[in-house]
Amino acid sequence: MIEIDVHTRDDGIGVVVPRGRLNMVAARQLKEVLADLVGSGTSRIVVDMAETTFLDSSGLGALIGGLKSARQAGGDLRIARPVPAVTTVFELTNLDRVLRARDDVETAFDD
Amino acid sequence: MSRRLLLIRTVVLVTALLGLNYVTWRWMFSVNWSAWWIAVPLVLAETYSLVDSLLFGLGMWRLKERGDPPSPPPGRTVDVFIATYNEPIELVMTTARAAKAIRYPHRTWVLDDGNRPEMRAAAEAEGIGWLTRSADWAGMPRHAKAGNLNNALLQTDGEFMLILDADQIPLPEILDRTLGYFEDERMALVQTPQWFVNVPEEDPLGSQAPLFYGPIQQGKDGWNAAFFCGSNAVIRREALMQLGVSRYVGEVEEGVRRALRTSRTVIRQARRRLAPDDHAVRDALDTIEGHIADARRALAGGEALFDVTFRFQQQVADVRRSLVEADLRTLQADLDVIAGLEELAESPDGGLATVDLSALDQMAHREWSPLGAVETVEALVNAVDVGRGGEAQPIMPLATISVTEDMATCMRLHTLGWRSAYHDEVLAHGLAPEDLQTMLVQRLRWAQGTVQVMFRENPLVQKGLTLAQRLMYFSTMWSYLSGFAALVYIAAPVVYLTIGVLPVQALSTDFFVRLVPFLVVNQLLFFIVAAGRPTWRGQQYSLALFPVWIKSFTSAFGNVFLGRSLDFAVTPKTRREKSGHDWHLVKPQLWAMGLLVGAAVIGLVRLAVGQGEVLGIGFNLVWVAFDLLIFSVIIRAVRYRGFEPDAVPADAGPGAGPSPGVPA
Repeated sequence: MIEIDVHTRDDGIGVVVPRGRLNMVAARQLKEVLADLVGSGTSRIVVDMAETTFLDSSGLGALIGGLKSARQAGGDLRIARPVPAVTTVFELTNLDRVLRARDDVETAFDD
Repeated sequence: MSRRLLLIRTVVLVTALLGLNYVTWRWMFSVNWSAWWIAVPLVLAETYSLVDSLLFGLGMWRLKERGDPPSPPPGRTVDVFIATYNEPIELVMTTARAAKAIRYPHRTWVLDDGNRPEMRAAAEAEGIGWLTRSADWAGMPRHAKAGNLNNALLQTDGEFMLILDADQIPLPEILDRTLGYFEDERMALVQTPQWFVNVPEEDPLGSQAPLFYGPIQQGKDGWNAAFFCGSNAVIRREALMQLGVSRYVGEVEEGVRRALRTSRTVIRQARRRLAPDDHAVRDALDTIEGHIADARRALAGGEALFDVTFRFQQQVADVRRSLVEADLRTLQADLDVIAGLEELAESPDGGLATVDLSALDQMAHREWSPLGAVETVEALVNAVDVGRGGEAQPIMPLATISVTEDMATCMRLHTLGWRSAYHDEVLAHGLAPEDLQTMLVQRLRWAQGTVQVMFRENPLVQKGLTLAQRLMYFSTMWSYLSGFAALVYIAAPVVYLTIGVLPVQALSTDFFVRLVPFLVVNQLLFFIVAAGRPTWRGQQYSLALFPVWIKSFTSAFGNVFLGRSLDFAVTPKTRREKSGHDWHLVKPQLWAMGLLVGAAVIGLVRLAVGQGEVLGIGFNLVWVAFDLLIFSVIIRAVRYRGFEPDAVPADAGPGAGPSPGVPA
């Protein structure tokens, strides 16, 4: 199963850390976490994927859903530190062409 | 290779050779050019039929009879979806109960697009899940059944899903007999037959499609192109989601590119209207044009699109803030149009990349006030940015480009390299329409859906498909052109019998020795591949429904290229009350039959007064008789009063129902 940590930094950026396998079951959980964050006014979100060991297309779908709501609220959602297994899934769907992963959680919103 | 396949291949080869020989000879040596107005249509129709026959043969070449399926792996998670819109609650519940009783562990869901409280109560009272559209769909294009399934996909999480129409009652072993195929990790979809219980053996409405749910699907399967037919199929969620995400990426890329192009035009139009001394505004517009150029350059250079659009939106927002005082007077009119932007991606066909050209075009050519132009640019890029603003969900795995979502979805899965399988075993018992009108609406809908896909995503040019896969998809689309050929096959004997004009140069021995063997082996091929399944009804309907096939082409053309409505109707599942026979539904066919009979009479009179040739008249009379035999099914269909249960033979075997596939 997956564990999803959420905290909001002093600069107002929400950090979401999914730990474990982000598969079709976990995807719905992540979707809710992201929707709650945006709903409570945190529209700038970094998803720190350093401890996400596995990702499937449903997980990608949840990230895109979160990105949509974040942008609609005037913010953005950024991905940081994906492991190679996860990067491969991005490439399979061409998502890497539109969504660039950041190397660092701290500076994910610096550019 | 089995003996059966060897035999099939031999006959396929002989049919192809004889057919090519005949049609080549027709073109080279026997067209009566002096009567070109009938001679050329006839030789074209014959060429059409030859191509149809060759494509059929190509499928049969790799006929794949899978036999017993591999055993199902334990512990997989499965959702069973029953899609409904307005079918009677009890009908849906019958299917839902049978679905709940499926042996392999699973969850059962009624996908109620009608959002009916009594449907929900009935389902939940028996422990069956009930889903309807989420709040995201409010005010968004609904995309009929595809939308219903896309909605359910995001509310459930099973690894596999079995899709059932509301009137397809599954057998308890349906999952045990299909899940085993998914041990192949690239297997996306397993389709089983659609077969109908409320159809008498003589099948007056041609409801069963024993050739399609059998040899035709098995042939496609041999080339890894088994079709998804909308119901009675198991699908791997990962395959659909991967398709959804990659389509999303493609459409967002295309949409943003177009939005940036239009933005540039909008800005330039606005600048043209500026007073020469309006330096502040001119500078602002210049700045935005610079940002547009930067964004396009960044995209071309491979920078991630979301970063580019994010930066661009911030830049435009900055410029707008600096301009707020300027030009408030003319702003209001523009704002009204900008509000209309929400509709931009909201065509009945959904996909940004496919639909918004004309809307963008109108926007580009409107006269904008400078501030209005800035607002427009902002709204444009928002509209096509990450969210696919005009759709309820950014991820829409089931294709929405066609009224029949199944074929397009399956083709896209194949372009991504996924596999499909056809398992030839009846595992659900369905209900077919029992009256002519419903049947005609249903066939028209399937034909339109197929033709829409051909116009929007022609399989012949889809990257990622093998040549054979392209041809297998194309072959089904090609078969719907038979409506036009039918017109010629009616006209040619009528023309000869009435005014004596022969479209071929002579009804010589040369003609018959080439034509007759081809026709014979062609029928022999049908006979062999059918292996006892009835094929005559299908052959009749592929010609007898010529007005439906023609209408499907003209209406789909109007829809895809001229933006007209298809007059889409959901197929009714229950019998209509009716009085009298619906002769008006088949007027064109009755006219055709009248013409054929009239021509035959005139031909006989001409023969009696010594005007015509015996051979020519005789040959054309045989032709007329064949046409009438074909059309006779229409009379039976009109007179059919619905299904009487005691007429069902105990051993009504597999054969199965029609599909968005073949008229034949």
